[in-house]
Amino acid sequence: MARHRGRGIASINYPIGMNLGGDPSQALVHSNPSGKFTVSLSSIDLGQGMKSVTRQICAETLGVPVEDVYVDTADSDTGPHCMGSFASRGTHRVGNAVMAAAKEARGVMMEAAAEELEVNAADLETDGRGNIHVKGAPHRSISTKDVAIAAQFKQGKTISGRGIFLVPLSEVNPETGEMSPATCYAHACLVAEVEVDDETGEVAMVRMDSAYELGRALNPRLVEQQLVGGAWMGVSHALFETPEPYYPDPAHGPRDFVEYLMPGPGDICPHDIAVLERPAADGPFGAKGPGEMCANPVLPAVANAIFNAVGVRMDELPITPEKVLRAIKAQGGARPQARR
Amino acid sequence: MLELRKDIFADERDDNLKEIGKGTQRQDMLGHVTGTSTYFDDHKLQGMLHLKVLRSPHAHARLRRIDTMEAERSPGVRRIIRGADVPVNLNTLLSLINFGKDDEPSLAVDKVRYKGEPIVAIVADSPREAFEALAKVRVDYEPLPAVFDVEEALKSGAPVVNETYPKNTFVYHDVYDHQKLRFGDVERGFAEADHVLEQRYQMSPIEHAPTETNGSIAAPDTNGRYVVYTSTQALFFSLDTCAKILDVPSNTFHFIGGTVGGGFGGKVDTLTEPLAILGAMLTGRPVRYQLGREEEMQFGSPRGAERIYIKDGVMRDGRIVARKIRAYFDSGAYTRLSSYAVVKCVAHLPGPYTIPNVHGDVYCVFTNRTPATAMRGFGVTAMDFALECQMDKLAHLVGIDPMEFRILNAYRDGDMKAHRREAKNTALIECVQVAAEKAKWPLREEIKRMSSRKDGGGSRAAISPTPLEPVPQRAAVSQQRTTYDRAPAAAVQPPPPTPAPPPPRPPASSPSHGATRFSSVFGTRRR
Repeated sequence: MARHRGRGIASINYPIGMNLGGDPSQALVHSNPSGKFTVSLSSIDLGQGMKSVTRQICAETLGVPVEDVYVDTADSDTGPHCMGSFASRGTHRVGNAVMAAAKEARGVMMEAAAEELEVNAADLETDGRGNIHVKGAPHRSISTKDVAIAAQFKQGKTISGRGIFLVPLSEVNPETGEMSPATCYAHACLVAEVEVDDETGEVAMVRMDSAYELGRALNPRLVEQQLVGGAWMGVSHALFETPEPYYPDPAHGPRDFVEYLMPGPGDICPHDIAVLERPAADGPFGAKGPGEMCANPVLPAVANAIFNAVGVRMDELPITPEKVLRAIKAQGGARPQARR
Repeated sequence: MLELRKDIFADERDDNLKEIGKGTQRQDMLGHVTGTSTYFDDHKLQGMLHLKVLRSPHAHARLRRIDTMEAERSPGVRRIIRGADVPVNLNTLLSLINFGKDDEPSLAVDKVRYKGEPIVAIVADSPREAFEALAKVRVDYEPLPAVFDVEEALKSGAPVVNETYPKNTFVYHDVYDHQKLRFGDVERGFAEADHVLEQRYQMSPIEHAPTETNGSIAAPDTNGRYVVYTSTQALFFSLDTCAKILDVPSNTFHFIGGTVGGGFGGKVDTLTEPLAILGAMLTGRPVRYQLGREEEMQFGSPRGAERIYIKDGVMRDGRIVARKIRAYFDSGAYTRLSSYAVVKCVAHLPGPYTIPNVHGDVYCVFTNRTPATAMRGFGVTAMDFALECQMDKLAHLVGIDPMEFRILNAYRDGDMKAHRREAKNTALIECVQVAAEKAKWPLREEIKRMSSRKDGGGSRAAISPTPLEPVPQRAAVSQQRTTYDRAPAAAVQPPPPTPAPPPPRPPASSPSHGATRFSSVFGTRRR
């Protein structure tokens, strides 16, 4: 009886956004008289950081510091329509809507600044630190705060913008399946290394190495949080989770976290991640969405690593110790494949 | 550890940005780490009542009689809600985009179709009193044969799970029991292939297991409106679903959410809002309805199971020349969103590879289990598991390194995808190369030099002649269609430019407001 190590890989792509029924989201952006901006959304932050990336998108587009932007969500009385936070659509769809709204607001802000500085708006630029100045002449400058005060109390302008991003409905051909399901795709490849105990059937994660391509890492720390957590969910899907352990027999369903198995802190393994950025033509600053797809390559990579370790093909999820042990026994013992 | 590979695709990016690309601390961090972020359940309202539902102990049974006499007299009970009290009891989530037929009741009336299906709701002063009253509801069940296996469910003579779909499958394009994908000629591909490999894969259901279970609090507001604090991950989706089920204009509701304790797809179904709001309408008091952990685990919808058959034809040099896939999505007793996942899955075939002949048939099947719903990677996760296990087996079969095997077959810019759109902005090859580098997995120089941006298109952009089956006679167009049908332009009334003043609250017995309804998803349209 022994423990055997093996490595497996998987590579995947993933569509960004809903593929059916049209896919719109809206955003509103406005400034208060102190030059602080509010983004109004009905979109949901599930913990993935949607408020934070839309805040960065808005700040970048307006040309103001991120501290001057606050994202308010989700309230159906104040936030305009959004389909929802699913289908990897938050960053791409909502981000684009916020970008469009921020562009419109920036246009008014620059006009108001031009009036105060008595120049043409086209000759102005933002410094990203809360000031607007004449290109090539930084001393001819006005703060966004003073612009907002002037717009509100002197010029009678509303520094605000509306944005919508819509991917129209794609008809699906009944006979061929021809369709336009998504506008861009994220990509990934992951290598999993496991250790399989041929006496107990238990599979332990040793390490993971991965490369994820997601258009643009708008906030690399939020991306890291998604990829680490998502890959971990993939491990959990591969080796532990199901509410129907003997599917399709519905018996023996777990009722709580004592019975519903998931990996614990002791099961965590190192995960070394590379992020590639090939900007999507229609993504906000090229961004796609890392959220959903990061779990997907882990499941097959783990199954393939188990084959490499002990020579059994695990084609049914989750890959529980019971299934691994039965497969090893049916094969007449572990048959480690060529190390790689 | 995360490394940004700025060297790759650098010529396609402007990296001189001020806020984008910075690891700025999240806006809601302080609230989260100090425990002061507001979730729906932090709204403890004065006089708040609690709603609980009676769930079926049977997977499939006729409801002969429901007796609530004793439950009504139970201490603390304010209101008992039955199916007949729900204005529009039958709904399907994707009716918001006119996809599918109404097939699921808020509260079961004639029959229960899965173990755990809600039958009666009780609103009481405390959760305990609601549970005590539920124990006093008497239901006379007539158990029926149940079906749990997707392929068993398709056989003739199988028990009919859901009468809306008597063949136990969702109906695509008014005529098919599955969604097709046809690209080239797989049979010719198999005939030419050096090896053919056919395999079966199975994924069991998976629970979202969010820290915060599904729930909402609804309360009467001023001017005849209702405020709803909710854990939904799709605010207007839930709002419009409630407007339909409760048959009131959508601006009757003020939905507030936005901070959610984990969703993963399990908070799109609007499981609690309609009954919580109805409870508030019927009692005039705030009503809270939150699933317990066991309810969330067993009766809140999971990621559905999938059974997948893949048959591949591969050449000795590693080229895959044909891929045929038959897959069954286990939707459980009702459609919810599985019908949509099938289409998404079909679009995903044959994975990120350029294969000249691809054939797919994907079914959405009804069984007597908890309805499935969206979950992270919806429609794709199980298929990716099957495809990538299959890729590993094929590489093994032809004796090619599994990394190289993927790069050889990877799609590239300019290639034609099986859903008949050109591949653009691809990056699979680079991901495999970088992952190999990270894992110290040796690749041959020639493989390392390959690129998503080179050698695509040309003959790889062609669509081979595709034999199609005869098109069956379509039945008369049913009430709802498989791609949403917009109302004729003349019948469309634009939504009001500003929110109209809230209408007076309709009396409980008022008739339905007519043949049109407003959906903030797709405007006013004819039902």
